[in-house]
Amino acid sequence: MGREKLIYNSLVDIIGDDFVSNEPEDLYIYSCDGGTTKPRGVDYVVLPKTVEEVQKIVILANKEKVPITPMGGGLTLNGLVIPVHGGIVIDMKRMDRIIEVNESSRYVVIEAGVSQGALLSYLKKNYPDLQHSLPEAPSIATVVGNILIRGHGSLSECGDHSNMLNSIEVVLPTGEICPVGSCSASPHWFSKGPLPDLTGLFIGWFGTTGIVTKASLRLYPRPEKRDMELFVTQNPDLIPDLVYKIVQTRMADNIGMMEQEKPEYMKGYQFTGVIISGDSEEEMDYKRKVLGKVPQMCGDSENKVTLLAEIPPSSKERFLEEPPFAAVAADFRKGGGFQYCGIMMPIEKVPEAWRRGIEIAHNNGMLFQCANQVMSAGHEVMFGFNYSFNRADEKDAERARKAMEDTNKLGLELGGIPWKADLQAQKQIIEKMDPNTLELMKKVKKLLDPNGIMNPGNWGD
Amino acid sequence: MDIYSSLVDIVGEDFVSNQEEELYIYSRDSGAQQPRKADYVVVPKTVEDVQQIVKLANKEKVPITPMGGGLTLSGLAVPINGGIVLDMKRMDRIIEVNEKSRYAVLEAGVTQGALHSHLEKNYSHLEHSMPDAPPMATIVGNVVIQGHGHLSVSCGINSQMVNGMEVVLPTGEVCKLGSCAVSPYWFSRDPLPDIMGLFIGWFGTTGIITKVSLQLFPKPKFRDLLTFASDDLDLLPDFIFDITQLNLMDNLFIISQEWPPWAQGILYVPIISAQDEEEFELKIKLHKKLLRKYEGKITLVEGKHAEKMRAARLPVPPVTLGVMAADAKQGGGFEYTGGIVPIEKVPEVSSRSVEIAHKYGQPYLLGYQLLTGGHSMMCGLAYCLNRADGEDVEKVRKALDETSKMILDVGGVLWKAEAPAQSLMMQRMDPNTVKLMKRVMKALDPNAIMNPGNWSD
Amino acid sequence: MALKDYKDIIHRCFRCGYCKFTSDYSYLGFNCPVYNKVRLESYSPGGMMWLIYAALIKEELKPSKHLSEILYSCTMCRNCSQQCKFQFNEDIVNILKAAREEMVEKQLTPPMVGQFLTNVYDYGNPYREQKQNRDNWAENTEIKQYEKGDEFLYYVGCVGSYDTVSQKAARALGSVLLKSDLSFGILGNREICDGNEVDMLGEKGLFEFLKEENTQTFKELGVKKIVTLSPHSYNALKNNYSNEFEVFHYTQLLRDLIKSNKLDVSGGFKAKVTYHDPCFLGRYNNEYDAPREILTAIPGIELIEMERTKENSFCCGGGCGNFYTDILGSGQNSPSRVRVREAHDTGASILAVSCPVCLMMLEDALKAEGLENELAIKDISEIVNEALL
Repeated sequence: MGREKLIYNSLVDIIGDDFVSNEPEDLYIYSCDGGTTKPRGVDYVVLPKTVEEVQKIVILANKEKVPITPMGGGLTLNGLVIPVHGGIVIDMKRMDRIIEVNESSRYVVIEAGVSQGALLSYLKKNYPDLQHSLPEAPSIATVVGNILIRGHGSLSECGDHSNMLNSIEVVLPTGEICPVGSCSASPHWFSKGPLPDLTGLFIGWFGTTGIVTKASLRLYPRPEKRDMELFVTQNPDLIPDLVYKIVQTRMADNIGMMEQEKPEYMKGYQFTGVIISGDSEEEMDYKRKVLGKVPQMCGDSENKVTLLAEIPPSSKERFLEEPPFAAVAADFRKGGGFQYCGIMMPIEKVPEAWRRGIEIAHNNGMLFQCANQVMSAGHEVMFGFNYSFNRADEKDAERARKAMEDTNKLGLELGGIPWKADLQAQKQIIEKMDPNTLELMKKVKKLLDPNGIMNPGNWGD
Repeated sequence: MDIYSSLVDIVGEDFVSNQEEELYIYSRDSGAQQPRKADYVVVPKTVEDVQQIVKLANKEKVPITPMGGGLTLSGLAVPINGGIVLDMKRMDRIIEVNEKSRYAVLEAGVTQGALHSHLEKNYSHLEHSMPDAPPMATIVGNVVIQGHGHLSVSCGINSQMVNGMEVVLPTGEVCKLGSCAVSPYWFSRDPLPDIMGLFIGWFGTTGIITKVSLQLFPKPKFRDLLTFASDDLDLLPDFIFDITQLNLMDNLFIISQEWPPWAQGILYVPIISAQDEEEFELKIKLHKKLLRKYEGKITLVEGKHAEKMRAARLPVPPVTLGVMAADAKQGGGFEYTGGIVPIEKVPEVSSRSVEIAHKYGQPYLLGYQLLTGGHSMMCGLAYCLNRADGEDVEKVRKALDETSKMILDVGGVLWKAEAPAQSLMMQRMDPNTVKLMKRVMKALDPNAIMNPGNWSD
Repeated sequence: MALKDYKDIIHRCFRCGYCKFTSDYSYLGFNCPVYNKVRLESYSPGGMMWLIYAALIKEELKPSKHLSEILYSCTMCRNCSQQCKFQFNEDIVNILKAAREEMVEKQLTPPMVGQFLTNVYDYGNPYREQKQNRDNWAENTEIKQYEKGDEFLYYVGCVGSYDTVSQKAARALGSVLLKSDLSFGILGNREICDGNEVDMLGEKGLFEFLKEENTQTFKELGVKKIVTLSPHSYNALKNNYSNEFEVFHYTQLLRDLIKSNKLDVSGGFKAKVTYHDPCFLGRYNNEYDAPREILTAIPGIELIEMERTKENSFCCGGGCGNFYTDILGSGQNSPSRVRVREAHDTGASILAVSCPVCLMMLEDALKAEGLENELAIKDISEIVNEALL
């Protein structure tokens, strides 16, 4: 029996033949995503239900030296869950149980396949006082996937989502099931520590160090009211100071900036949206009042900051919807294609990034569109350079691809770092990385994954 | 060359000692742990010094114990297997404060006090989350034991506030972690593979941190506290839930002490801050409103006790609790078991703590601090000891031991645990987790020179 | 008090480290001059307390040469007592003194300390200079010997009498007093060491001897009021001698004379001046104002404060005879060099002092720092002398 058939049969033995496939059509879907990544070969797709199944798959993969790539929603758009060297894609979405909500200590324990949407609706229905930080992604994105790429969302004031992680259960590349965090020493998944912090070994590694099968995520109070304020400027130089002053007020749940060149009337304007929330109209009025004072603290007679008295309902909906429908950008060129470079950068770099971002977009024959997010107390900005493209037009996709490469280069030049870096950005990062740090990274990967089976091709392989 | 001479070669003879008196001081701290002999004390100034010392230690197979303020009280900076104590406090430069991106890049020896005063003087609208510890405690030390400060509830615990690190690995290489590995700016922990966790919570067994980039936060103009009192322990989880739902506090202390008598019940002390008076009044009002639901079972404390609480708990850092407790028995000793527990466990922890205290003839001294926005509680169950009375120290040691076991029993995790308590935790840990820990430690420190005896089962 | 009288206190030190700082944890550096230089924990107030307990009370450690080096490195500037948050804070310095007394009994003092003490005993000064030369500094001045009936005894002290730099201050003060029309005189070569350092170094017996000798001399001459050049003398004579004499530090006297127009400083002194509070005038005796009142009364002086000022003043490192024994040693982080740099950073052109020990320590440091072209050290007596019409 050929090796392929052997592996296939072993997988069926583990999960049952309903949840294993090597049919070309199935494989096709897993070989590409909504971004510009050119399709890459997949050999098998499996959809496990339990952690024991995951364990068995990993043990098999080690034995047969077959690469594995764990996958959540597949919505990074950067091809992070498309295998580089073929092998097995493990689609985690059947592991979709919400295991426990602890109201007092405000956390939820979920399996790796629980989607953002499922958690959102479950909490709204059963624990309306609590919410989790919701990223601006389609609701099928998984909660765990987003944590592991260090996503951020509606409560970005509290930091990125890996900050909100308490404990995880992970299947190591060598097959052991390993609890990490308080759940390793206690029945309660309430805390990361204070123990030697092993969670970092799985955050930001793009699956190269293990498969997270469960996670415990912090929850936050859900206030009664939520609203937004919108600041407008016509000069990106004003942004750092504006954001700084907004952060100093400590009124914002979330601060996001954006600009887009179409429709025409939006061209040349930067919009800074601030989400506020509270339990009473009194609290909300107070917050509006404080934010109302910010414009006069910024800019000068030539360059003003304006606070919009009335926000068009469509804009409000765009920002306040849970989650906001960011994916609308995929249809901007009526082409179903969308990818973006998210560059984490210090706030003082934002104006330069803005200007040069416009140049790059235009140089590549694209429209400029950005959507940025301020993290925690103004500690950094995720600057998202958005590129919509027409999937049916390879030239268009190539333009977008090139624009992203230029953008990643710009980001690193400014002293920023590409977020959820695709292969090409990973390469650029590694070129700039402290060589000792790179060595350490490789050491860690080798330590956890001696046979190099975990999503190989990522992070320097 | 013998080890002493090699060390002198590296840092100069002014900053190495193997004399009895230095070893005496560095072989013990102010807590209840038995002293453990150090063989050398070294006080480096540069990363290169540290590197050379590490390489020497690897070659000669001499253990190294890095030390910051030495104030964990659980002996984490006191060697278990002898060797070199590396006193990091000469590496005391504040390298950079980036105001716009609100972070400070510091060497490992920068103290809490020095950063606090530097910010007060030069960046008065920014502050860092300062722990309830003497100002000699170092920033890096507090981060690596996953400490918490006065902004715990609003901004998180201190190990979450790190943007980057420079580390000397046990094998001697210097690594940069975080954005500084790739960029000249130390502004971000993400989005690279998160290696930083390998140096947080490991008590120096995986490497020596020589620099850190710490997040700073807006400093409010007004700050005050309220004191609520209750006799009913069972109301605690609900009240904590309600007060955290408001989402308006910087910090929350809960205090229950046998002495003074007015503190014997449960005192809730939320710290509230604001950028102006109106915000402040509004916040105070909303907090006071909470009491309606509790129909007199939780009341507002006013008058001289409220003033006492204000004087004790409002300053940053608060002076009274930790340090003053050391002299309550006029004995210069103070230690506590720090346990992190789910909030619903606090009533049980409280009543069992009182039992243990009384069993050993000690007054109960319970101090709790809420962590992050209401996700867990740090329980500080304290005992004063008279250093000069051997029997007293032994009683306190036993009480601490029993308290640690009780915390683990309720499903909590011990904070900055002394070596025996670390072992207790590891015995309860999933064997796969222990295995993974050991693999990591072995990979980073093949010669097992880094603070050996810690995190071993 | 003997060390055993403190045995219920010594072990109460928690080694929390507040004692190392200023009151506001200034980032400029630690405010304990010993710890700031040496950086070994044993050389901090807490370290010393713990070692004293271990070696001299519990007898866990054998008292040794190294122990004595540690205990004698302290200049007793009192920052630790000032900053300690505990109820026994005042006793920290006393405990160290009592421990030194035991070290003296055990004959375990560092050699230079032993020499200091022997010299004082044999020569009445630590420099081993001849007694009859003690008032050579006053040659060619009109300063006379004290006679019965003079209002003030001008008590100069060893450093002002013998150290060439500090002699300038001795002369300047003499000159000012002459211009003030006050009746005063010096003891000349009848003057012997006031014993302040001897007391701090733990040689109780010698201190008592000096105290007795001096007191006898004063009484013989009918001295009622004493004005001292040095705050060290001021401290000893005011606090540790009998209460029969009214003791002033010269800045207190000059301040009063200027205020009551008995001294006319309108000649002025044009400079940016920063003032260094000496430990024995400041932290020991709470006198922070008189020197400043003098400086601000002089036209042309722009007074700039250093960051570490008044109770937070950083010791020059000369206390407890260290100006002679040099136990703390030199180097970039020696206290006097640190302080000179701090003064220089204010932009002042003059660093004003009111103590002959500070004067000579800081003058040496100035040279070591190579800052002679940018900063000058002057005693307040010199400044006043120049400002007098």
